[in-house]
Amino acid sequence: MDPESRPDGAAGRTLLALVVNGERREVAVPVHHTLLEVLREELGLTGTKHGCELGECGTCTVLVDGVPVLSCLALAVACRDAAIRTVEGLGCDGRLHPLQQAFAELGAAQCGYCTPGILMTAAALLGRTPRPDREAIRIALAGNLCRCTGYAKILDAVALAARRMASDAGAPVAVEP
Amino acid sequence: MTEACRTDDGSPPPPEPQRAVVGRRLPKVDACAKVTGETRYADDLVLPRMAYAKLLRAQHPHARIRRIDAAAARAVRGVYAVITGEDFPPVRFGILPVSQDEEPLCRDKVRHVGDPVAAVAAVDEETAERAARLIAVDYEPLEPLMSIERALAEGTERIHEYGDGHNVHKLVSLEFGDVAEGFREADLVREDAFFFEGNTHLPMEQHAAVAQWTADGKLTLWSSTQTPHYVHRALGKVLGLPLSRIRVIATPNGGGFGGKSDPFSHEMVVARLAQLTGRPVKTTLTREEVFYTHRGRHPVLMWVRSGVRRDGEILALHFRTWLDGGAYGSYGVASTFYTGALQTVTYRVARYKFEGCRVFTNKPPCGPKRGHGTPQPRFALEVHLDRIAEQLGLDPAAMRRRTVVPQHQKTVNHLTVTTCGLPECIDRVVEASGWTRKFRRLPYGRGIGFAASAYLSGAGLPIYRNDLPHSGVVVKIDRGGGVAVFCGSTDIGQGSDSVLAYVVAEVLGIQPEDVRVVTADTDLTPVDLGSYSSRVTLMTGNAAKDAAEKLRALLVDAAARKLEVGPAEISTREGRLFVRGDPARALAFDEAARLAEAAAGTLVAAGSYTPPRRAARYKGAGVGPTPAYSYSACAVEVRVDPETGEVRVERVWIAHDGGTAINPLLVEGQVEGSVYMALGEALMEESAFRPHGLHKIPSMLEYKSPTTLETPEITTILVETRDPEGPFGAKEAGQGPLLPVIPAVANAVYDAVGVRIDEVPITPEKVLLALDRKAQGRVPRVGPERLPTLAFPEPIRVPPPWVDPAGRAAAAVHGQGSVP
Repeated sequence: MDPESRPDGAAGRTLLALVVNGERREVAVPVHHTLLEVLREELGLTGTKHGCELGECGTCTVLVDGVPVLSCLALAVACRDAAIRTVEGLGCDGRLHPLQQAFAELGAAQCGYCTPGILMTAAALLGRTPRPDREAIRIALAGNLCRCTGYAKILDAVALAARRMASDAGAPVAVEP
Repeated sequence: MTEACRTDDGSPPPPEPQRAVVGRRLPKVDACAKVTGETRYADDLVLPRMAYAKLLRAQHPHARIRRIDAAAARAVRGVYAVITGEDFPPVRFGILPVSQDEEPLCRDKVRHVGDPVAAVAAVDEETAERAARLIAVDYEPLEPLMSIERALAEGTERIHEYGDGHNVHKLVSLEFGDVAEGFREADLVREDAFFFEGNTHLPMEQHAAVAQWTADGKLTLWSSTQTPHYVHRALGKVLGLPLSRIRVIATPNGGGFGGKSDPFSHEMVVARLAQLTGRPVKTTLTREEVFYTHRGRHPVLMWVRSGVRRDGEILALHFRTWLDGGAYGSYGVASTFYTGALQTVTYRVARYKFEGCRVFTNKPPCGPKRGHGTPQPRFALEVHLDRIAEQLGLDPAAMRRRTVVPQHQKTVNHLTVTTCGLPECIDRVVEASGWTRKFRRLPYGRGIGFAASAYLSGAGLPIYRNDLPHSGVVVKIDRGGGVAVFCGSTDIGQGSDSVLAYVVAEVLGIQPEDVRVVTADTDLTPVDLGSYSSRVTLMTGNAAKDAAEKLRALLVDAAARKLEVGPAEISTREGRLFVRGDPARALAFDEAARLAEAAAGTLVAAGSYTPPRRAARYKGAGVGPTPAYSYSACAVEVRVDPETGEVRVERVWIAHDGGTAINPLLVEGQVEGSVYMALGEALMEESAFRPHGLHKIPSMLEYKSPTTLETPEITTILVETRDPEGPFGAKEAGQGPLLPVIPAVANAVYDAVGVRIDEVPITPEKVLLALDRKAQGRVPRVGPERLPTLAFPEPIRVPPPWVDPAGRAAAAVHGQGSVP
């Protein structure tokens, strides 16, 4: 559907259905709005943050079909057929995901602003590599900037979550694509 | 790794009563909210009918404003209001009383690229942006003064009408004892020059604020600020409103590091726009705007001369600093004093002279960044001492160890050192890093460097002169056993909310889960001065302890009466009050609470904390004192590639004396984060500007900050002296550990490839240049070649404390040296 143009030059809105955290929602969005803007502003899912809106810091990372994506660089309309998962969808039935649990226990979230993006990136890592070594965790998180922690406890927490998930493989906490 | 330290006299400390909460590695009280994305930062707030504001910022670094024409902007559909400086009373603001030089929107002049001149409130951000671009500003450009030299040059325009000279914001000249005498007695006199480039905080969260004006004449501002109390005061001044009608709520900060400690134009602007439109108004700075808002680390040129005995004892130290302050005052006067204050609190200094100068330039204003004016001189001093150790043939770590300041004494510039765990920190780092077998022994291209430092646990004096407490806490106990703690402090990620919960829980004998913390709301919480100067654990912790102990006494009295014992026999732990030695005779906490409320009335108590008054009487003595100093020692191992000049940090060992660790997890987090931030500054970060005023690299990737790949493993050693002034003995950890890392890197580079980079950041280009010079047989150094010729005034001469304990300036001699 083409956006209607109005006398003041603003684009019209397009109706868009997105599947976010397993729920189908319909929103009317300007066609040029990013997935980040639509998640935060139309869907009220403010757990996903912006750090630069240029794709440089990883803060806005969400999973699109299980793959980490910089939501500030993704057009919402391009995600209409994808399964989108944000930090709000990481836990299950009011319980924390093992990554969230490990981050909380080990003090891996200081200001917490980079945390959602890092959790999603880490979730994708553990989805494809259940037993990553420390170097693999570093590499996977190399696109997520944190200014508070020096990454030390973040790496520890991802490793701890991985160990727990691997030894508890029956628990329904794996992030579905 | 956490280990207790010996007490002052060297004997082992008495056994600690085993604590239920303090000292435990507990999750933060807001951990769950942060890992689920539920924490509401300022930009997450949405109010009905909310408008969005954008600021129009100057593209010129220095210009007079002739005319602003906003007609075209106002005509854009969806625009609610457009304002300029004329829409505010002609009142200036600023964090320090002595430099209130900022306007919410510039009226006559812009002083740096990014200086705000107008603002638009509109239905959405895009409309606001589009309208802002239609505002026509007629500027008369002036010569941009982009360096200290140019700003000081004759015939140039004055950036401000106030100050200590032509584009000189502040001049400081102090002498303690006679340094000339010390130089004469010394076995070695050496001087060096250094430059520390400016850099910025780069918090992950951009500044954001939401203002709401209600028809009953009240204003509420939510803002990502570290200092809601100072914002409160500034808003009242700028808007001409009584403070009782303004409510400032600091939202959880997504990183501060000092970059959110000033009252800002964007906060004033949303408040005014909310008043004018009758709608809530939000603004969020873009990342580029955050670079221009700045308030970051001052670029500082430094010169140091010391006279030492052959064992490394410092007989005289003369230190000069030139700060490039940027376009406004911000915290700059304090920053200037800080570049000279703490040189004396690590190693004994017998005589000291400090001259400092802050210059205005047409760049975004510099302010406080983690360490506030002390990382730069600490870099200079520690590299200078490294050279001295080499000249004297001494091991740098051993030389420092031998000259550490004595505890519980005043320094030559009248600073009171209380506990000092630096000797233990040095020993632990030397041991953990394998220093002795590595120093000067690693193969070419690999090196190890050492440095030590000190920092404040909160400034001893407030920013505006008053006799009020620095921190207030109210604790309320509910008859259901829940406890609420109210405090004006702001959690910027360091865990200050959690510290309040831990302290209160420990005192009352309950778990932190039963404590609700309400903070940073000028309507609801008692004043806390803010999250700066590493003051929060010590000051709010003490205030919380004060309040909780009052309530504990009421609970204990009630329990004692019920259990028919004396109050002294009641213990509190894990939610119970019980007879010591007979724990079966007990009351649950909520039972005791109800009994206490019945006896004493509603259970609420207030506590407060004011630092001990220790400042000397000379002008400038107010910067430097603190309830207690923290200490840090650091060794860094590097690998330098002689082909590319690249410096790779392989490993960092850091020992930090932050007093008792209330939660070692949080303290380690601060140490690790400080080390991380230091490495970024040491190797890659620079706030550099083009001649026409633009920031060269106002984006996160170009500015560069270490990712997981550049950050090495950090070994953290906590040395826990128990400081009598701190709550349960705690001192600070949020800033101190940054300081020794940068000079340790520089010293390691020298150890690796034999070149001195006397400039920060230590970039590959500089290393290669120095290696080239070395190959040509020239001095293997990159650093400042010349210094400004600005003459400092005759110093205020203050006798050392062993001559005059009060620290008054000496009577004028030759008509000079008196307090102006």
